[in-house]
Amino acid sequence: MPQKFKNTGIFILLIILAIIFIAPVLIVLMNSFKLRFNIATEPFVLPNSQTFTGFSNYVTGISTTSFLEAFGWSLFITVFSVLAIIIFTSMTAWYIVRIKSWFTGVLYYALVFSMIVPFQMVMFTMSKTANVLGLDNPFGIIFIYLGFGAGLATFMFTGFIKSVPVGVEEAANIDGCNPLQTFFKIVFPILKPTTITVAILNAMWIWNDYLLPYLVIGNDYKTIPIAIQYLKGGYGSIDMGAMMAMLVLSIIPVVIFYLLCQKYIIKGVAAGAVKG
Amino acid sequence: MREVKRYFPIFVMPTLIAFLIAFVIPFLLGLFLSFTEFRTVSDAQFVGFSNYINIFSSDQTFLSSLGFTVAFALVSVVSINLFAFLLALLLTRNIFGTKLFRTVFFMPNLIGGIVLGYIWQLIINGVLYNYGYSITSDPKFGFWGLVVLMNWQMIGYMMIIYIAGLTNVRTDILEAAKVDGAGYFTTLFKVIIPSVVPSFTICLFLTITNSFKLFDQNLALTAGAPAGRTRMVALDIYETFYGSVGSEGIGQAKSVIFFLVVAAVSLTQLMLTRRKEVEN
Repeated sequence: MPQKFKNTGIFILLIILAIIFIAPVLIVLMNSFKLRFNIATEPFVLPNSQTFTGFSNYVTGISTTSFLEAFGWSLFITVFSVLAIIIFTSMTAWYIVRIKSWFTGVLYYALVFSMIVPFQMVMFTMSKTANVLGLDNPFGIIFIYLGFGAGLATFMFTGFIKSVPVGVEEAANIDGCNPLQTFFKIVFPILKPTTITVAILNAMWIWNDYLLPYLVIGNDYKTIPIAIQYLKGGYGSIDMGAMMAMLVLSIIPVVIFYLLCQKYIIKGVAAGAVKG
Repeated sequence: MREVKRYFPIFVMPTLIAFLIAFVIPFLLGLFLSFTEFRTVSDAQFVGFSNYINIFSSDQTFLSSLGFTVAFALVSVVSINLFAFLLALLLTRNIFGTKLFRTVFFMPNLIGGIVLGYIWQLIINGVLYNYGYSITSDPKFGFWGLVVLMNWQMIGYMMIIYIAGLTNVRTDILEAAKVDGAGYFTTLFKVIIPSVVPSFTICLFLTITNSFKLFDQNLALTAGAPAGRTRMVALDIYETFYGSVGSEGIGQAKSVIFFLVVAAVSLTQLMLTRRKEVEN
C-alpha cells in the first residue's frame, strides 16, 4: 500500500515535469498565431479576437526566409551526407579491421583524434580549403560532411566489425566473391544495428548544424538553421511573428521524424553513447 | 586478404580524401597559421608566439569568455547530470506511462541549437518583461538562461544513457542487498551508483564537451550581449575571425588554446572516472 501510494506521487510529479518540458514548444506554437506586436509583450497570453492573425505569420515567414527552399537544401544535404557517411566509412572501417598495417593504424588513430577537436580549430582553414577546391556548394558540402563525420562513424563501425567472425567472409571469397561483393552481400547487412545508430546520430547533427553550412555555402544557399538566423537580420529588428512561425515549421519535421523512428532513435543514442 | 589490399582505392580513398580535405589539412594549416599574421592564408607572415602572447596581454575578451565558459560548464554539468540521474531513477520503477515520459523528456534534444536559443529567448524575455528587463540587460540573465536552455536540451539525452545503465544493474546483487536488510539509500549509494559508473563516465564526457563547445545556443540566445559579457569561447573565436579584420592570427591562436583546453579537460575526466570503473 505505501509503495503504491508513493508511485502515485511519482506519477503526478512526472506529469508536472512533462508539462514543463513540453510548455516551451507549446508557447511558441501559440504565439505563432498572434500579431507580431503582441508577442514580446505578452507571450504567455492566448491569442484572442484582437491578437489572432491566423496563418499570416507563416505566410510572411515562408516568403522572407524562402523557407521551402531552405527545407529542400536541408533535406538534400542531410540525406546524401548520411548516405555517404554510412557507405564509405563502413567500407573504410572494414578495411582497417581486416588489413593490419602501420597505415591503417595511423588512419584509425587520426580519425579518433578528430572527434575531440572543436570545430573552431579548423573553422577558418576548412572553409577556405572548401572554397579553393570549389566544394562551396550543396554537393561539395556532402564531401565535407563525410570528412567531418568520418571520425565517429569509422570508430563505431570498427568497434562492431571487430566482433564479426572472418570465417564467413573467407567462405564467400572461396566461392568467387570479390571483396566488394563480400562486403556488400555479407558484412554490410550484419552491420545493420550500428548503421542505424550512425545514421541517426549523423542525421541529428547535420540537420541542425548551423556554423559549418553557414561558412561553407551560407552566401548562396540557406539551410533551415541559416534561414532562421537570417530572420534576425541586422541591428536586432526581428519580426517576432515570422520568427515564431519559422520556429514551429522547423520543429515539425523533427517531431515527425522522432515519432516515426522513436524506437531506433532512443536505442541508437544509448548504443552510440556506450561506444563513444 | 591480399586481394582486399588491391581494393584500397575503393574502400579507403573516398573517406581518406574527404578526411584530409575537411580535417587533416585544415588542422595542420590552422596550427601553422596560429604562429603567423594573415588575412587570406597565402599572405601569412611568421610572427612566432606573438599571437599567443597577445591573447594573454592586450586581448581582454578571451580570458573573460573562458571564465564564463568554465563557470557555465560547471553549473550545467552538475545540474544536468543530477536531474538526468534522478529522472532515470524515477523512470526505472515500473510506473505507468514510463515510455511516454521518456519520449517527452528526450524530445528537446532533437531540436537544433539556433531554434532552441530563440525559443528560450522568447520565454525568458517574456518573464523579464514584467520586471522591466530583457535578457540582455544583465549578464546574469544570459548566464542562467543558457544554463536552463542547456538543461532542457540535455537532461533527456543523459537520462536515456542512465536508464540504460540502471536497467543493467544485476538483479542478484540487488536481491542480496535486500536480503541483507539494506535500506533504499544504502542500496542506492553502495550498490546502484557504483555499478553505473560507466554511464557517469559517458554522461560527464558528453556534457563537459558539449558545454565547452556551445556555440549555436549562445549565438541565438544573447549573441554575447550585453557588451560581450555572455560570450563563450567558441563565439569569442568566431568574433575574432569574422567580427574584425586583421586579427585572424589571434583567432587561430585562440582556437589552438581552446582545443588544448577541451582536450585536457575531457581526457582528465575520462582518466579519473575510468579509474573508478576499474576499482569496482
